[in-house]
Amino acid sequence: MRVTFTANGKPVEADDVWEGESLLYVLRERVGLPGSKNACEQGECGSCTVYLDGTPVCSCLVAAGQVQDREVRTVEGLSEENGELGLVQQAFIDAGAVQCGFCTPGLLVQTDALLESAPQPSDTDIREALSGNLCRCTGYEKIMDAVRLASARKCQKVGTAE
Amino acid sequence: MTARTIQGQKNLQDITTGSTDGIGGSPLRPDGTLKVRGEFAYSSDMWHEDMLWGMALRSPHPRANILSVDIAEALKTPGVYAVLTHEDIPGSKYYGLEIQDQPALAIDKVRYHGEAIALVAADHPETARRAVKKIKVEYEVLTPITTEEQALHPEVHGYVHEPHEYKSHAYGNICHSQKLVHGQGVTEAVKALADVVVRGEYEVGMQDQAFLGPESGLAVPAEDGGIDLYVATQWLHVDRQQMAPVLGLPEEKVRLTLAGVGGAFGGREDLSMQIHASLLAQRTGKPVKIVYSRDESFFGHVHRHPAKMTYEHGATRDGKLVYADVRLVLDGGAYASASPAVVGNAASLGNGPYNIPNIRMEAIALYTNNPSCGAMRGFGAVQACFGYESQMDKLAAELGMDPVELRQLNAMSEGDYMPTGQRIDSPAPVAELLQRVKDMPLPPPLDLDNLDIRELPGALSNTSHGEGIVRGIGYSVGIKNVGFSEGFDDYSTARVRLEVIGGEPVAMVHTAMAEVGQGGVTVHGQIARTELGVEKVTIHPANTEVGSAGSTSASRQTYMTGGAVKLAAEAVKQALIAKGRKRYGWTHQDLNLVGGKVVSAAQGALVSMVDLLGDEAIDLTREHHHRPTVAFDKETGQGFGHVQYTFCANRAVVDVDVDLGLVKVVELTAAQDVGKALNPLSVIGQIQGGCTQALGLAVMEEIIVKDGKVRNASFTDYLIPTILDVPPIPVDMLELPDPNAPYGLRGVGEAPTVSATPSIVAAIRAATGLALNRIPVRPEHLTGTL
Ligand code: FES
Ligand code: FES
Repeated sequence: MRVTFTANGKPVEADDVWEGESLLYVLRERVGLPGSKNACEQGECGSCTVYLDGTPVCSCLVAAGQVQDREVRTVEGLSEENGELGLVQQAFIDAGAVQCGFCTPGLLVQTDALLESAPQPSDTDIREALSGNLCRCTGYEKIMDAVRLASARKCQKVGTAE
Repeated sequence: MTARTIQGQKNLQDITTGSTDGIGGSPLRPDGTLKVRGEFAYSSDMWHEDMLWGMALRSPHPRANILSVDIAEALKTPGVYAVLTHEDIPGSKYYGLEIQDQPALAIDKVRYHGEAIALVAADHPETARRAVKKIKVEYEVLTPITTEEQALHPEVHGYVHEPHEYKSHAYGNICHSQKLVHGQGVTEAVKALADVVVRGEYEVGMQDQAFLGPESGLAVPAEDGGIDLYVATQWLHVDRQQMAPVLGLPEEKVRLTLAGVGGAFGGREDLSMQIHASLLAQRTGKPVKIVYSRDESFFGHVHRHPAKMTYEHGATRDGKLVYADVRLVLDGGAYASASPAVVGNAASLGNGPYNIPNIRMEAIALYTNNPSCGAMRGFGAVQACFGYESQMDKLAAELGMDPVELRQLNAMSEGDYMPTGQRIDSPAPVAELLQRVKDMPLPPPLDLDNLDIRELPGALSNTSHGEGIVRGIGYSVGIKNVGFSEGFDDYSTARVRLEVIGGEPVAMVHTAMAEVGQGGVTVHGQIARTELGVEKVTIHPANTEVGSAGSTSASRQTYMTGGAVKLAAEAVKQALIAKGRKRYGWTHQDLNLVGGKVVSAAQGALVSMVDLLGDEAIDLTREHHHRPTVAFDKETGQGFGHVQYTFCANRAVVDVDVDLGLVKVVELTAAQDVGKALNPLSVIGQIQGGCTQALGLAVMEEIIVKDGKVRNASFTDYLIPTILDVPPIPVDMLELPDPNAPYGLRGVGEAPTVSATPSIVAAIRAATGLALNRIPVRPEHLTGTL
């Protein structure tokens, strides 16, 4: 089948998609967006998290056909329009929250979503929101630091804008 | 022919970054920007236009004879390009890290659940999956050898490998054994010196590395008949060394390039898909990509050895250890992998960082039909630490002593001797590290009136409002060696090039070091900046075009490859200064490279490096070998076996819901001597990550193997800690330089994984009063509902 949808604001189409293929497979292997990662392909690790119509989902659990005419935003779409790193991306680098980095794309999307809905989350809120994203390297402490840093910068930015 | 990724392989090209941070600073990772943009190409992201997908058929039985394999139907599947069995292997059929006992594809029998039997290459992963299902194998299923009792009685239960089945193995079902005798050993006379004796039997379950990036890579057939492989591994050169004979190629025709690695922790020391993808590429003449699914990953790599341990300690009434009598049995599973070295470690480090005048010890690894076990972070020291630290708590209770004081009373320090007779010739601040974790402020006590119930054990599931919750505190300390031991000539190679690019001096660092997330690439830039006084450093992709870097394991990479980068950079510096002497006739003895200039301490800047270099490049390669070690004597365990030791102490605070058996670690504190922190930010990240894997082993992580079959090969059933399970991990870093190591540094990555587990178990014991001799501690152990 053919699947057409929007990825990071651009229209994409994929041909000869087998009906069992996941959105994750289509993104990674067919449309040149391998940023979302394939750690379990079972909905357990969060590495493949993308926005689907504005809601974070595990793209490994979404059948490719389900995204027909919908909007997908991946880690590749988190940068600013001018190409600069997004606030959450920068915070993860600055805090030392990226080691092997395999969990990072999923965590970035999930953190972005968290800070959209709750710009100043408590530590427990952060832990709750990120509990579906496994990281095997960091011990999560620096990920907590990154989210706190992103939150502080975001509030500051909003403050200056007002 | 070269591979490309969809994104243009950015991390397979040079990455240049600028910074003023040398060693001791915390500059940002050179690969960080690519990683947060999703542009960093991991091994599973490799892609080639006309590539095929490879997949393996794996055995459903842990022990069986293969009567026949029929590939006809599979071959007929449209879209299938090749189906291979061991008969199609052009070269040697066996490989292995230490003992060449592992067939690249099963030959006539299978020895563990998940062993690869045949391979398929097809145009889509689903086609490959369907074709794999069409391969018909007839088995004669045999009763697996799964216990120590069975393994040690081959006359009844048979052999995992028939003796002399191939040349390097002749020992029955004992893969490797190591004895150790220290002082007078354990005699009746020695026993009589002890006022108090504590005994314990301890058990450690099978832990998995569970790195997130699956085993994967792309093999591309080259025009010269060789193979170019883009792969996630821990040691490019040892992969090549094992691959080439099987592929029937000379080593120089097997070229490996490191693709992005999503964590390793020992699980990538052995080969996984390397030979399989290459065989398929050789056969089809097309690039072949293999990406393991998560269950295949659980089958496709070796795990941490499960262990059964008996410890007996004797001490005087005032708490001085008199003797230890120890036996460690490690289940090595079907193939040797790194078992011999793991046994050596377990035996030599298995008595902990304590002065014990008399020791008798035996450690063995068995061949069984359980999954193969080999390297995992902590490498034989982890299991033993749970044993000896449990014993220290038991002994303290028996003596009515404070458990930290008991440990401090017996703690080894610089100048003391290891049970192997090796003198510890650099700082060993065991007592101090314990004191440091003890002195750190405790988290506030549980306040049920002002509590977010999401912080209780059971967390989000809303299982409790605080009733039945008890808090406990526990301590531990551990010892780990750094680098490869027992006479192995461990070395690493680095190439450093200095040239002027865009009017600036730029240093290029080229090594074959596997960056698996540990941050070596960051540190290499720091070392080059420190030695060469430049800001811009280019990291060249790791490949086999430069000499071996050794493995990214044993906490050795900063020591070994960092040391090689230092040597190469120093050589470049000397060459540049020599050039200046020749040109300008300098006679100064105090020259250095600082801020892009050649500087004399007395007279200041003499010339800029740009002017001195001109358009000439200085390009030098150096090897760093650590001081030689010797193999342990097989009967006595004596010998200068290890290069360096590293120590970490922990304090764990836990809340336990005693009704439901749920544990929440509230805080896990670590104090570690790192010698010199080359990059404090990543050192702390390593310690926190190591503590977290230790937490996993303490309370949740175990591969369940029943009758040789793996029951939980998925992230649904094999649980690793989430951000909800992991507490704050405050780290107190001590920096006591080791005079034998580059910059005085000490390997960092493994010590916390060794030491932190027993502190958590001790805290659960303190909360519940239960003995808890097996890890991971499960809810049913706490509620008595087993
Ligand atoms: S890959 Fe989708 S949740 Fe793990
Ligand atoms: S940084 Fe490696 S999995 Fe998170």
